[in-house]
Amino acid sequence: MPAEDQESLLKLKADKARSRRRRKLADWALFTGYLTPSFLGVLVFFFLPLLMILKTSFQKSSTNTDFIGFTNYERVLTNNAFVSASKNTLTFAALAVPLAVLLALLLAMLLNSGLPGKSIFRSILLNPMMVPVASIVLIWQVFFSFNGVINGWSYNLFGLDKLDWLESDYSQVVILILFLWKNLGYNMVLFLAALNNIPSEILESAMMDGAGAFKRFFAIKMHYLAPTIFFVAIMSLINSFKIFREVYLLTGDHPYDNLYMLQHFMNNAFTHLDYSKLSSGAIIMCVVMILIVGILFFTESKFDSDVEE
Amino acid sequence: MSVMTEQDRREAAASARRKVFTHIERDLSFFEKMDDSAKEEFYRKERIRSTRERRAHKIKRGILTGIGLVIAGAASVLAIVPIFFTFLNSFMSSPEIADNYGVIFQSLSGHVQNGAQYLSKTPTLRLVPQLVTLDQYKNLLFMSPNYLFKFWNSILLVVPIVVGQMLIASLASYSFARYRRKRREVLFFSYIILMLMPFQVTLVPNYMIADKLNILNTPWAIILPGIFSTFAIFLLTKYMRQIPTAYIEAAKLDGATEWQIFTRIALPLCKSAIFALTILLFIDYWNMVEQPLVLLTDADKQPMSVFLSQINEAEIGIAFAASALYMIPPLLIFLWGEEYLVEGISRSGVK
Repeated sequence: MPAEDQESLLKLKADKARSRRRRKLADWALFTGYLTPSFLGVLVFFFLPLLMILKTSFQKSSTNTDFIGFTNYERVLTNNAFVSASKNTLTFAALAVPLAVLLALLLAMLLNSGLPGKSIFRSILLNPMMVPVASIVLIWQVFFSFNGVINGWSYNLFGLDKLDWLESDYSQVVILILFLWKNLGYNMVLFLAALNNIPSEILESAMMDGAGAFKRFFAIKMHYLAPTIFFVAIMSLINSFKIFREVYLLTGDHPYDNLYMLQHFMNNAFTHLDYSKLSSGAIIMCVVMILIVGILFFTESKFDSDVEE
Repeated sequence: MSVMTEQDRREAAASARRKVFTHIERDLSFFEKMDDSAKEEFYRKERIRSTRERRAHKIKRGILTGIGLVIAGAASVLAIVPIFFTFLNSFMSSPEIADNYGVIFQSLSGHVQNGAQYLSKTPTLRLVPQLVTLDQYKNLLFMSPNYLFKFWNSILLVVPIVVGQMLIASLASYSFARYRRKRREVLFFSYIILMLMPFQVTLVPNYMIADKLNILNTPWAIILPGIFSTFAIFLLTKYMRQIPTAYIEAAKLDGATEWQIFTRIALPLCKSAIFALTILLFIDYWNMVEQPLVLLTDADKQPMSVFLSQINEAEIGIAFAASALYMIPPLLIFLWGEEYLVEGISRSGVK
């Protein structure tokens, strides 16, 4: 009798295990099914071509498949146009990202300080985000071109010489203004949400303990804002790489040296159909991008754990 | 000297102690010193002082708010003026535009031949046209069908991308949110990396594959990679992971199928995110310049965004109307869905 009991128990257990396994498999099949369309598309349109260009980057050309090692990379890295383009792109990012973060944070704190009409200001400041750059280029030209309004004002008011803004060392500033105009609203909304998420009890108790406004900001608010600051920084960084759009719309194919961005370099390579150059250029940028994002993520996690301790 | 008995000594000590206590003169408190009239006087003074202080505080606060309002107002004006400016100027007649801004377009960057020649004349910035006409729109809509074609091109590119990406992303992000195993997380991470890649990187693979599939120079070369872009998946997954598992368990107990859970619970709970994403995607693709430049070589297939940059001197008469027309769809969408947009953006940044 006990032997039989044990046997049936074992059988029951095996049944249970089998049904669990089957359910797991069903789960897997179901959710894989949901994912499949996206996965196939991403595979076909992004991952496989990326592997393809990785391969092409080691080949002499797209037709001549001889393996030539890192020659293409050398060719790209020693190319003056590529070097100056990456320098310009990085300079712009180094200028634009901190400014976009800082100004947006200041604006958000201003709106959050009990200002009347907060939501109206928010709507207005969010508006530029919705406007396509192509529509606004005209206005920028009206203001910043050689015979533009800014030059007219500075000439009439201060008697300054006219300056062709987009053809001068200040050309990046003009683009920077356009970038900030467009991106501050989005960043500000992100910061507003983060500021609202700070528990007010903590701020109040800090106030009771005699913490001043600065102390409260750096000791408490910064802790709650840190993840958002990183998020905004990453988003701004991505957007700063997209600045080619503005530059192209304002100055066309051949901008001033300062504004020669990586995308210009790529476009030129496209028109010359230089695949191996293109591929190695793209791979280099891909690696650099992964490095930058990796460092940002790393500092964020490091910073987070530091604060929590 | 008589000898003190124990009794006497105690009595003497007690009386001495009592004397010490009774003879300490207590200071009168601040209030007790005052008589009634002095008290009245004091109260009056205190009242005046406190109101004065409160008033000073109020004034200080008012001044600070005023400064804040001025700054916020200035920022808002800077934000809105270019938009207003475009719209208002789109009602100017062509001669008036040529008169006001002609100088500018004669000297667009790269075309300065003789700087000194233009020094005498500066453009007149005019917010309100002297004569309000619909000439520009008339010319734009009826005289030059070219622009309408470009506009239509933009719609043909953007709408399929947005609809397609939302459909695929909602399925995929539901899967990412519900099925969390190690390999899936790795895949999700690679999706994020892909999302972060700038165009400079992804355009090359796009071009290669379009070339292989023979869809180069057709709208599909832009639409297909757009549909499978991973931006929407990233944000939607973030949202769907916030759905409490209790909801899903409860639905399962009630006998809901997985598809029902997806359509009746997950999607409605993410409504604001879906609206917000739709708006963000629309803007992003309505704004695109890089992809059509590289992937579409025929000028008449390109969307209006590329075309607007090529407006030259001869066409400035309709430039403002074209720009204004191009920003109307996104602005309308913004007016319609601002609440969703703000909520969607807000929740995307907060962990």
